[in-house]
Amino acid sequence: MNWIDLGSIEDVPLRGARLVKTPVGCVALFRTDEAEVFAASNRCPHKGGPLSEGIIHGQKVTCPLHNWVFDLNTGAALGEDGQIETFPVRVEAGRILLDGHAVGKRSAA
Amino acid sequence: MKQKLVVIGAGMASGRVLEHLTDAAPDTYDITIFNAEARGNYNRIMLSPVLSGEKTYEDIVTHDDTWYAERNITCRFGEHVVGIDRDAKTVAGENGAVAYDKLLIATGSAPFIIPVEGKDLPGVITYRDLDDTNAMIEAAEKGGKAVVIGGGLLGLEAAAGLAERGMDVTVLHLMGHLMERQLDEAAGYLLRRDLEKRGIKIITQASTAAILGEDRVEGVMLEDSTGLEADLVVMAVGIRPETRLATDAGLEVARGIEVNAQMQSKTDPDVYAVGECVEFDGHLFGLVAPLYDQAKIVAQGLLGETGAFVVKDVATKLKVTGCDLFSAGDFADAEGREDIVFRDPSRGIYKRLVIEDDRLIGAVMYGDTADGNWFFGLIKDGTEIDEMRETLIFGPAYQGGDTADPLSAVAALPPEAEICGCNGICKGTITDAIAEGATDLGSLRAKTKASASCGTCTGLVEQLLQVTLGDDFQMSAPQSVCGCTDLTHEDVRRLIKSQALKSQPAVWQELGWTTPNGCHVCRPAINFYLLADWPIEYKDDPQSRFVNERKHANIQKDGTFSVVPRMWGGITNADELRAIADAADKYDVPTVKVTGGQRIDLLGVKGEDLPHIWSDLNKAGLVSGHAYSKGLRTVKTCVGTDHCRFGTQDSTGLGIKLEKILWGSWTPHKLKLGVSGCPRNCAEATCKDIGIVCVDSGFQIGIGGAAGMDVKEVQPLIQVPTEEETIAVVLAVTQLYREHAKYLDRVYKWMAKVGLEWIQEQIGDLDTRRALVERFELSQSIYRKDPWAEQAKEPPKFAPLADLTLEAAE
Repeated sequence: MNWIDLGSIEDVPLRGARLVKTPVGCVALFRTDEAEVFAASNRCPHKGGPLSEGIIHGQKVTCPLHNWVFDLNTGAALGEDGQIETFPVRVEAGRILLDGHAVGKRSAA
Repeated sequence: MKQKLVVIGAGMASGRVLEHLTDAAPDTYDITIFNAEARGNYNRIMLSPVLSGEKTYEDIVTHDDTWYAERNITCRFGEHVVGIDRDAKTVAGENGAVAYDKLLIATGSAPFIIPVEGKDLPGVITYRDLDDTNAMIEAAEKGGKAVVIGGGLLGLEAAAGLAERGMDVTVLHLMGHLMERQLDEAAGYLLRRDLEKRGIKIITQASTAAILGEDRVEGVMLEDSTGLEADLVVMAVGIRPETRLATDAGLEVARGIEVNAQMQSKTDPDVYAVGECVEFDGHLFGLVAPLYDQAKIVAQGLLGETGAFVVKDVATKLKVTGCDLFSAGDFADAEGREDIVFRDPSRGIYKRLVIEDDRLIGAVMYGDTADGNWFFGLIKDGTEIDEMRETLIFGPAYQGGDTADPLSAVAALPPEAEICGCNGICKGTITDAIAEGATDLGSLRAKTKASASCGTCTGLVEQLLQVTLGDDFQMSAPQSVCGCTDLTHEDVRRLIKSQALKSQPAVWQELGWTTPNGCHVCRPAINFYLLADWPIEYKDDPQSRFVNERKHANIQKDGTFSVVPRMWGGITNADELRAIADAADKYDVPTVKVTGGQRIDLLGVKGEDLPHIWSDLNKAGLVSGHAYSKGLRTVKTCVGTDHCRFGTQDSTGLGIKLEKILWGSWTPHKLKLGVSGCPRNCAEATCKDIGIVCVDSGFQIGIGGAAGMDVKEVQPLIQVPTEEETIAVVLAVTQLYREHAKYLDRVYKWMAKVGLEWIQEQIGDLDTRRALVERFELSQSIYRKDPWAEQAKEPPKFAPLADLTLEAAE
């Protein structure tokens, strides 16, 4: 694990999302609750919709293009045949920490 | 060789015969059809909605030219038949004779004309066909006073339609209460009260003595010497079978053409008769259900099969919007009969069941007719009601301890229960069709005809779809908002108001949401309801908005956005255009498009560039056009009196004023306006959600237009003399729509649910109108702002939170 501090949780609106550019592509950070953040690929496998622009509800996100719904715990599309990649992320003392290895970073900054 | 079939009369009964015949055996007959009316078969039951303006003739055509052509049916429409020669087996039309092997007489009925002086004056019309309907519509355009003679089904539908079209209507009825053949006195009273509420005067026990007038009708004189002024007199006192051709041909005729159970003339088995011109076993027929039964028998007979027509009970419904009545069976007082009566005066509900020998024999309902078909079923089947007698009047939902769930009531119906009375379609036929793949209302109608005639059973058919298909069926009728709740949109709106729920968590908690914080379906709806009802207390939640409304731009399929600045009333200038051109250059905008709403769309802007392009456009005075919102989009205008030689008012100026007042407002769905300077309507105002057409005398305001998946013409809401009043009406109706409509219902859908008339009542009442305008203004004090400028004040978090790629490249 290589935890990278991405910023304050307050930088992501509640039930909103922000993007992080990474070597493996755009990763979306979804803030599902006051102190709960998930990280997953931003790209919907259906038609490439930007998931960070979707509506976030429970621990799920709905793609803004055609309403595919993804479980952020597993990355599985609900009721559809599809999957997005998820990445380890945690919140500590109000800071969002993402696993750098998982998103293709070789070493700590 | 094919046999020759000649049909006289293209009405609903013979139309149905032809359908059965050509479906079952398309090549058995060479068919020729005569019709005195210069058109084919249309749904005559729906003439009343045409008269009231709810439908057009095109909506009610059953068989168009293509239909006849596809079946190789020779149509001789507009041609009267002058005689039948049964020895030579020919039918003589005005333009020549045609031979037959089988003849079908379907001449229908003729209106009964009361033999009084003045009955032939111009301006006295009957109510039977489309020409009559059009004559009434034409007469109503001139306004004035109408007298309808006859307070039965047809007369009242005519009266309501004429009143709807603005005439001052009086109904004369010979008997003591309205629709005495279908209603008892109490229900007749409620009906009368409802009709009087909408301005229709009703005189009962009124016997017409004479119709007065020199060159055309001027008035009606009653037996008691009461005089009534009239510009139009509609005679709707009854019908009699049209039997002249049959009599002349030597067929046995009593009141109608006498037929056997195979619908063959008692005199000549090669001659069939069907519909209202028929008399069978002493019965005449005026409602559509038995006609369709007859049609089936005729088709069978023509194909060499033998069926037998049986007279059944029929149920009646009145097609006047807002007057809900149902009657079936026998409800006269008699010895050994008992009544169960339920009344709810405040809601105007009356139900009466008549019971004889533990069986239901009659039912009359007013105000709430939802259980009508169930009662009708009990009557027809002669079900013993002893065990459910206590709760019988409350309908099927209360039987057997079931909850009040309409679906379980439908699910409990046996397969032979009749769902569509007009077409005699039972539940089994419908569920079979669903199993065979007719999984929506449209295809089900096409396949079975269920709910395709008068349409009052549409709800039942939809419930059947839902019961049969389960989750696969999208109900158009009451349906919960989403999987998070069982409540409907209407319930939620009501509860938000009545329980003063002012936040989303309050809604989730108090209304028992099954999910922690909703889903993508309910959240935008609840967010809208809250901000529409509590504009001051509730703060709009961007995270409950679809991306377009959160980003104030339209997302495109590649994830880029389109940016549309507002051009007030479609007016722009060189500075604005220059700023747009500069922005297009600076942000590498690949496509610049002129929109249908009279403005310019910059397509292909990257998400992170949005705040910057907005800021640039803001500097030139351009603001968000809300081209992405469920809110005010555009007010399309023509140049009006500024430049146009036909313009009657300053349509451009009015459009700009309206747009400047309305912009930023959120509505259940997008809201598009148009203002045309004259009836030539260059701004296409008549297909807008709210459309204004300027005329010399003022402003005609219509609502409920659309030009999307559905194309709708606006319905006239009101005409007002001044620009000021126009603006007030537009604001009031917008607010009414905001406060009441279901999220994602365009104005026309909302209007179809609440009725234009209700909207007119609200807007017509000046106090209500003023209050609506005040509430609109209150809400606009929060929302009449440029979201682009607002976002610039507090830089939105559109850029990535972090960029880990740069470090990776090191």
